[in-house]
Amino acid sequence: MPTVNLDKKTVLRYIGKNLTDKVLLEKIPMLGTDLEQITDDEIVVEIFPNRPDMLSEEGFSRAFSAFMGIKPGFRHYDTKKEGSTVAVKDLPKEWPYAVCAIVRGLKLDDDKLKSIIQLQEKLGVTLLRRRKKGGLGLYPLDKIKLPVTFTSYKKEDIRFRPLEGSAVFKADDILIKHPKGKEYGHIIEGWSRYPVFVDAEGTIMSMPPIINSHDVGKVTDATKNVFVECTGTDLNTLKAAMNIMLLTLADMGGKIYSLEMDYGKDKFSCPDFTPRKIKIDKAYAERLLGLKFTDSEVKDLLSRMGLGFENGCALVPSYRTDILHPIDLVEEIAIAYGYDNFESEISDAATVGSESSKTIFLRKVSDLFVGLGYLECKSFHMSNARTLFDKMNRKVSVDLVRTANAVNIEYDAMRNKILPGLMKILSENTHNEYPQNLFEAGTVFLKDKSLETNVSETVSLAFASAGLVSDFSQMKAAVESFALNLDIDIKFEEHDDSSFISGRCARLVLGGKIVGVVGEIHPSVLVNFGLDVPVSACEIELSKVMDAVQKH
Amino acid sequence: MAEKKKYNLQYHEIVLLKKLSEIKKSTVLALDKAIGIDQAAVVRAAMQLGKLGLLKMDEKDKIVVTLTREGKTVIEKGLPERQLIHSVLKDGKTILSKIDIKDKNVALGWAKKEGLVELEKSGNDMLVKVTGKGKDYYKVKSDIELDLGKIAGGKPVDKKMIELLKKRRFITADFRTVRSLSMTPAGERIAKSVKLVREVSKVTPDLLKDEKWKDVRFRKYNVVAPVAPVYPGKKHFVSQSLDYVRRIWLEMGFKEMEGNMISTSFWNFDTLFVPQDHPARDMQDTFFVDVSEGKLSDTKIVGRVKKVHETGDDDSIGWGYDWKESEAKTVVLRTHTTVLSAQTIAKIKESDLPVKYFAIGKCFRNESLDWKHLFEFYQMEGIVVDKNANFKQLLGYLKQFYKKMGYTAVRIRPAYFPYTEMSCEVEVFHPRKKEWVELGGAGIFRPEVVKPLLGIDVPILAWGQGLERILSEYYKITDIRDLYRNDVSKLRTTKLWMW
Repeated sequence: MPTVNLDKKTVLRYIGKNLTDKVLLEKIPMLGTDLEQITDDEIVVEIFPNRPDMLSEEGFSRAFSAFMGIKPGFRHYDTKKEGSTVAVKDLPKEWPYAVCAIVRGLKLDDDKLKSIIQLQEKLGVTLLRRRKKGGLGLYPLDKIKLPVTFTSYKKEDIRFRPLEGSAVFKADDILIKHPKGKEYGHIIEGWSRYPVFVDAEGTIMSMPPIINSHDVGKVTDATKNVFVECTGTDLNTLKAAMNIMLLTLADMGGKIYSLEMDYGKDKFSCPDFTPRKIKIDKAYAERLLGLKFTDSEVKDLLSRMGLGFENGCALVPSYRTDILHPIDLVEEIAIAYGYDNFESEISDAATVGSESSKTIFLRKVSDLFVGLGYLECKSFHMSNARTLFDKMNRKVSVDLVRTANAVNIEYDAMRNKILPGLMKILSENTHNEYPQNLFEAGTVFLKDKSLETNVSETVSLAFASAGLVSDFSQMKAAVESFALNLDIDIKFEEHDDSSFISGRCARLVLGGKIVGVVGEIHPSVLVNFGLDVPVSACEIELSKVMDAVQKH
Repeated sequence: MAEKKKYNLQYHEIVLLKKLSEIKKSTVLALDKAIGIDQAAVVRAAMQLGKLGLLKMDEKDKIVVTLTREGKTVIEKGLPERQLIHSVLKDGKTILSKIDIKDKNVALGWAKKEGLVELEKSGNDMLVKVTGKGKDYYKVKSDIELDLGKIAGGKPVDKKMIELLKKRRFITADFRTVRSLSMTPAGERIAKSVKLVREVSKVTPDLLKDEKWKDVRFRKYNVVAPVAPVYPGKKHFVSQSLDYVRRIWLEMGFKEMEGNMISTSFWNFDTLFVPQDHPARDMQDTFFVDVSEGKLSDTKIVGRVKKVHETGDDDSIGWGYDWKESEAKTVVLRTHTTVLSAQTIAKIKESDLPVKYFAIGKCFRNESLDWKHLFEFYQMEGIVVDKNANFKQLLGYLKQFYKKMGYTAVRIRPAYFPYTEMSCEVEVFHPRKKEWVELGGAGIFRPEVVKPLLGIDVPILAWGQGLERILSEYYKITDIRDLYRNDVSKLRTTKLWMW
């Protein structure tokens, strides 16, 4: 979620009331904005992805002043017709849409310029998904000649000086050399033609969504009139991003002029600030919120969210792309009502609680081992091949479940057994008093093509005893106690396992199925884990035991 | 009898008192042999009796002189120098190398120093000549020899001599405390009246037979003395607290949900109406599992989910994009337990309502491990599927739960999750730190989540709350990794979860 630093003075000026820090601290979070901090000069907020319209001082103030009841209601913005058309044609199928408009009469300064650039960047990251969905650009209108065309050129035919670039470059050189080219070049990589804006004189204005031309695409504090465009993959998103930018510029004092978008068959005018009308189902809202409202209360609450109300319908501003369903209006009403004003209520829905059979089984097993004097351990489900296999003297299994992108390479695979984890715990506790008797029961993972996720998850139990007195018979006694208490018949068979001392290892067999292994840990494994006392240990596949117990 | 009871004497004390009464005066050293009890026990008994006023104990420091092996040889054969002169005068051995006595060099050294002999070179050897002084010396016993004799006889010698004898290693001298004991009149009285009862250390099967235990006393223990520690078998402290959390939801009528930690993106994201280009689905937050594409088995639900994402339904306009099955088939470590809620809702029938479910399970987030962050952590999930459920009840359930966790103040503020509407962030007031602590999200599932899974739109209250923060607080852990470090001494001694 993007964090934006808002200039406090500007925000308060837009709100039109000198609110104290205390009020701001209390109320900003209640609008659904994570308040990071308020300093003498700044309000630092984290804007949730559903409210990109609040990413600028102007947009934030618009929403907050309504919420505070200072400037409530749906705001109308006037647009005049520019009387110029933007032709949109011959675009790569990956980047088919554009919307454009003009804003005149801006009085920019350093702060406003910074604010515009911040909004442009944050919209690019959020609503436009790191420009994968679209890019937004501004140009000093006086440097370009209308009408403008949005089209595509073969990349060999594109040459211009990119913003802040040192010279004129070819398109592919921009992708390699310019910082923005490096950052966003992957989006258009492999396309045969690149999208370009071209003005009436054939000047390349930009190569969306990568970079503007330095010559005609650089807005400065001297710029009074701007050409604004937004291009990309999803028309509705582009319109929303465009409107958010235009309204910010309008709040700064600019006048909006619309352009005709000409797609050949389809033509429309941009911008279009017509609010969406969505019917308010008052009973639905009342039922979900556990409240009662009059129509005028509904109107008042909606106005606090910058929404209008007419003939039982909410008027939703064009930039509120997060309103998908009447439920979203219910939330608007709830936020306006104030989450802090909701009383809690105890439901009278009578239901009967119950634990899962797995939880019950695991608890019984844990209780048994606690009774036998073992300490329960809880390790991470994530581990690595070195601990799970190499140190255990085992060959890495092809069935090991690995992650594709772990940040922490110490934990890049899912455990297939519990015992290696216990050995690791023992290796980290050599300073503590022996004997150490440990157990852990939990989920283990293996590849299994037959399952939905191609991974099987079963439960396993391992227990181990470290100390001079630990030996095979101690483990065998524990297994027998386990079997007796679960009323199952576990048989011991001679077995060889490279983790255990040969001749001091047995496999456990239950109803003809191998369910585990028990023995004295091999000296080389002890050395691998840095241990200098003997360890005897056992691992039992609890899922199989559980099946047997339940069938029983 | 009354007096005896008052004193409540132990076996050793009675033995000592009786013996002392018999011999009237003694020392601790002498008594340990006389009554066959080790010295430390005699001292303990004597001190206790002294405290009770039954005997008097005087402590004096005394030099205890003991003859060494060399000292004993002197008494037997005379000083080494005497032996040397003897060898020369009586055995006629004047050639040094022929003289065969022990400590010959010591003897020669002292004899020369005292002027008892002289040495004369003779070829390769030496001749030993006894001087006149030497001859006189030989006639009578020296002071050293006489005093060593006195020491052997237990008689005192003067301090200078002791120093000399020590220097010549004929004796050792130690300062010792001599505790001399004498009876008091009260002691005498008690010694006569008290009966000696056999003292034993353990209850044995034999003692229990024929009431023999009635004739013995059990040796008294020092009950405040330290003992070797014992450690219990014990549940991990995190398990103890999770068991409690589970019990709260059970008491509130919730059924436990189960499910896997590894999930397709379909269940982790798509069924929860998270658009496929949502930043939360980025590589950086989510662990992707290195296996081939997962399977989407329930085609009916898959169809509904696709449609609701793309074009919505009667009420929703959807996200408006091309929903891709391949994206939904990627396999991930679940990023929230909400997966379990989605899977559970898909199995509920309308006739089952109302139902409440909970789960406590691990979730995964691809970040590095540090004192504040875990890449896998517990989440407590809950859903209430009830036609009459409302937002106020959501607050009610959460308040009820946190009250049982010891937090009386709970508040919510608006948040955003793609799958809930209302969405809220839940905070509890920390009474000690005096601040609000964020514990997780809650809300009412969007109809776009509920309808494709359940077939109808019913309000479903839902929450996913983190637990590690509360647990760390209870166990006073500041480094969150300590929850899963499995330090054996911590596991043995961490206080129990007391609810």
